This record gives sequence, structure tokens and C-alpha cells, in this order.
Amino acid sequence: MEIGGIVAYLVSLAILAGIYAVFTLGLNIQWGYTGLFNIGIAGFFCIGAYASALITTPMPTGIYAQYVHQIFGWNLPFVFGILGAALVCGFIAFLIGIPTLRLREDYLAIATIGIAETIRLVFNNEQWLANGPRGLMGLPQPLQEWIDPKHYNYIYLVIVLLIMVIVYLLIERGIRSPWGRVLRAIREDEVSATMSGKDIFHFKMQSLIFGSMVMGIGGALYAHYTKAISPDVFTPLYGTFIIWVMLMVGGSGNNKGAILGAFVVWGIWTGTNFMTDLLPYTLKARAPYIRFLLIGILLEVILIYRPQGLLGEEKKISKMID
Amino acid sequence: MAELFVYGIVLGSIIALGSIGLTLVFGILRFANFAHGDLMTAGAYVALFLVTDLFRWLGISNENLGPLSLGWRMVFAFPISMITIAVLAILLDYILYQPLRRKRSSTVVLAMASLGTSFIIQMIVLILWGGDSLFYKPGILRPALELSFGIKIRPDQIFIILVVLFSITALHFFLKYTKMGKAMRATADNPELARITGIDTGRIIQWTWGIGGAMAAIGGILYGIDVQLHPGMGWGFLLPLFAATILGGIGNMYGALIGALVMGVVQQLSTAYLLPTYKSAIAFIIMILILLIRPQGIFGGRT
Repeated sequence: MEIGGIVAYLVSLAILAGIYAVFTLGLNIQWGYTGLFNIGIAGFFCIGAYASALITTPMPTGIYAQYVHQIFGWNLPFVFGILGAALVCGFIAFLIGIPTLRLREDYLAIATIGIAETIRLVFNNEQWLANGPRGLMGLPQPLQEWIDPKHYNYIYLVIVLLIMVIVYLLIERGIRSPWGRVLRAIREDEVSATMSGKDIFHFKMQSLIFGSMVMGIGGALYAHYTKAISPDVFTPLYGTFIIWVMLMVGGSGNNKGAILGAFVVWGIWTGTNFMTDLLPYTLKARAPYIRFLLIGILLEVILIYRPQGLLGEEKKISKMID
Repeated sequence: MAELFVYGIVLGSIIALGSIGLTLVFGILRFANFAHGDLMTAGAYVALFLVTDLFRWLGISNENLGPLSLGWRMVFAFPISMITIAVLAILLDYILYQPLRRKRSSTVVLAMASLGTSFIIQMIVLILWGGDSLFYKPGILRPALELSFGIKIRPDQIFIILVVLFSITALHFFLKYTKMGKAMRATADNPELARITGIDTGRIIQWTWGIGGAMAAIGGILYGIDVQLHPGMGWGFLLPLFAATILGGIGNMYGALIGALVMGVVQQLSTAYLLPTYKSAIAFIIMILILLIRPQGIFGGRT
């Protein structure tokens, strides 16, 4: 492979790792700082991607109208797609939070799995909503008229990293504020947080909504990178499980760890792709399963031997105190 | 409608075998085991290996028994698969959940580890058997029997209901009258108190996994007989399993049984109005309703 090819490959790897980093940052708000067990990330991933796709594409006309069905198409710029994705995901999170946040923590987990499966079923079966199992194609990319399509990925990498840094700074700021301290207090001990006069339900709700909005942004970034989405992309495996492994590997409760975990695990994941060339022919078709098996074992090993991940949580949250 | 009701009872009795194990683990170990459906998958595929590979190699006849679409191979496959999955569940506890409990990890971390287990089991099944749907026995379905009210039912489905009735009755007598069964119920009720009264909770945990695993194996095989085998079948059962468990009250075995029958019937009846693929969404909606209205379940239990 020539040098240009390697660089292009690394850029595409970095774009996806950066998008996954947005998800791990969102999950870090919920799990890392508040202890909310959301295992329906794929649902927010899906909703974010579809919301942005519907907002930014035009309604199909002419011959396309016969083959492509979508509930609306507003043909708005990319920025509105991102904002819309965040708002819709925040609203869905609010709806899920109402019945579950007052109950045991595992109920939230079960409910989020349920919503993720239900969302995927709806997009798969309802043709009128967003073209059913065939999904939407030809999504616009921001600033695409500025540059030769061959080199477009460089621009998109900058956009992804920019949004990732903005999200990172926002969360860092929130977590070091009194608001963030309440979240951590809830994670450590709900009863004592209640006794300090904090309304646990509302703080948990804010954390769930904030984290899910970030995930929605991640979904939108993904949709405009691949330019084509369909419901089978948002499986529990690619949409939820790998993001959890990324956060646990990097270190939950640490935003730098969340980003590091996304890049490390995505690096391992794509790196093992090359190793499958060494497998005997009969096993090659099943290579992705072997790779996922390794990712699953990685999670268990981390949970048992290094639960704090690569970078543990920073105990000191202010530079002002020792 | 009456026919869908009967199919719902069949589906519900398969769900019951999973939800009983799930509620026991939930009640005694206090964590949501997301890999429980995948124990069903594993049980079904172990039976597949026995029926289509090992027993054929051993030369055991695969003639159908009477009107059923299964033969002696399947009869032998049941106990072997049950024991295999029981051992697998106990082994998983030993290498994974026990170290986590010893480190005093929170129950949420155990639940996360079980999510990892779920994917690991699915991947192993995919590596060994691939992603296609498989059957225990190729060929056409046996003709259905015609009952009154225009209900058609296959002999296999009657067999399924009988197997479930038998398993649950056996479990009932075990829990009610044996020393180990009584100790299990006491631990599910209050683990601390059980330990103080001298019950060996370590052994209780092993028995819980063993029984839960064996029950799940039966459930998985029965689903394979009734419908088909698929690597994602257990994952698809996850929502109905949890809905049944919560509906019946966590740790309440009889509640889980009723909850499972309700879920089976409601899921099947829904197909009269909605696409069948929405079945698991129906389970989810019922679960949310229970959480909103009566989170402790209809028969009480813990929240």
C-alpha cells in the first residue's frame, strides 16, 4: 500500500474512532459520573442518525418518490441535523426516565434495552417513516462542495474532532461544577445525597437527557459520514456493546479515558481485521464473530482485573484544593 | 382468536422455563442476568449437536415417536443438554461472577459482566454453527390435530406443554419438600438471615445456577422444536423474560410462571392486529406499564 493509501486509511479510522468517542463521552456522563446503566445506546444512535438524515435530506421527487418513502424531508443544513438529533434523543431519554429512574438501577438497563430493540423494529417495519429495511441513502455532507470528494474525509475528520472537543469541554465544565458534584454524590450514595437535600430524580433525569443528547449527536455524525443508513446498522453489538467496552477499557469517570478507550478499542477492532487474512479459508467467513468474541472476553477481563480501566477516575476535581 | 390463545399458552410455557431461572437468580444473587436467554440458546444448540452429530455417529435411530416430529435421539438429548448447561452456568459463576462478588463489585457491574457473557455465548454459537436458522429435523411439519372451536394444534405443541408441566411440577416439589429447596427459598427471601441460620449460601448459589441453567436448556430445546434454532433466539427472549419476571414479582417463582403465560398469550394475541415482528415490542410496552403502575409485580416481591 502506498503512503497516500495508508494516510487515507488512518483518516477513516480516526473519523470513526472520533465518532465513537462522542458516544463514550455521552455514556460517561450517564454511567461514569451518575451510575446510570444505559444499555440501549443503539437506540439513541439510531434515532440520532435518522433524525439528522430526515432533517437534512429533501423529500424525494419524481421517480424516486415511488421507491423512497420518508415521513418528512426538510433539506436543512448539517447544523440543524445535529441539533435536531440531540433534541429528539433528549426527549426520548426523558420519556424513558419517567418510569425507570425512581426504581432499582437494573430496571433502567432493561428498559433501555427494550427501547433500543423497539426503535429498531419500528424503523425496520414502518416503510412510510424512513424507507423501512432499505434505509436512507445519499445523505448530504457538510462543506462537500468546497473540496474534491477524494479528499473530503480530511474535512470531515476536522469536523468530528472539533465536535468531540466541544463535547469534552462541555462535560468537563459541567462535571467540575456543583452540578457535577451532585451527580457523583448520587453515584456514590443515593441516600446521603438525598439527606443533603438533593432531588435525586431530577439530577438523574438531567444526566440521562444530557448523555443521550450527546449520543444523538454521535448518531448524526455517523449518518453523515457513511451517507447511507439502514436499521440493521444499529444492532446491540455495534451500537451498544462495543461502546461499553470502550468506556470500560479507557476508564469510566474520566473523560480523557473515554476518548482514549474509543481510539484504543477501535484500533484493536480494525487491527484484528488484518489478522483474519491469516485464518484458514473455512473460518474466514466467521472471522467477525471471532473478533467480537475477543472483544467480549476483553470486557470480562477488564471488569475482573482492572475495573478502573486504563485511566482511572481523577479523584481531585479542582485545581484549587489539595 | 381461540387458536392464538392456545399458541400463546405454548409460547408462554416456553418463556416460563426461562423466567423461572431468571427470577431465582435475580432473587438470590440480586442482579439482572442478561445472559439468561443465551443459556436457552446454548441448550438448544447442544441438543442440536447431539441429535444431528453425536447420536447419528453412535447410530441411535431417529425414527419419529408416534405423531411427534422427534425421536429417541431427542429424548436422550434433553437430560444431556440440561446437565451441560447447568454445568456451564455454574462454571460461569465460578470464573466470572464469583470473583466480582468477592471484590464487592456492585450488582450493576455483575449485570454488565452478564451482558458480556451474553455476547460471548452468541459469538461462540455463530462461530460453530453460523448465522442461519436451523432445524432439529428437516422436512414438512406434521399435520395438526383439529380440536373444537376450530383450534388446530400440532402434536409437538401438546408435547411442549406436557414437558413444561412436568418440569415445573418437579421443581415445585423440589423447592417445597427437599432440604435444599427450602434453603433456596429462604435465601431468596432474605440472604443475610439465611446465612445467619447456618445455610451454606455458596452451595445455594451453585444450585440456583444449576437449576436455572437446566430449565433454560429445556426452554431452548422446546423453542427449537416448536419454531427453529437461531443464534439470536435467546436475545429475542430477553424482553419477555424480564417482563414476566417483573410482572410476577422478582424472586417469586410462581409469579414468574403466571407472568410468562400472560406474556405468551398477549404476545400471540397481538399478532392478530400487528406485524408478528412487533411481539418483543409488545413485551416491552407491558413491562413499562407494570413498572409505572405496580413495580413490585402483581404478586408482590421486591422492587
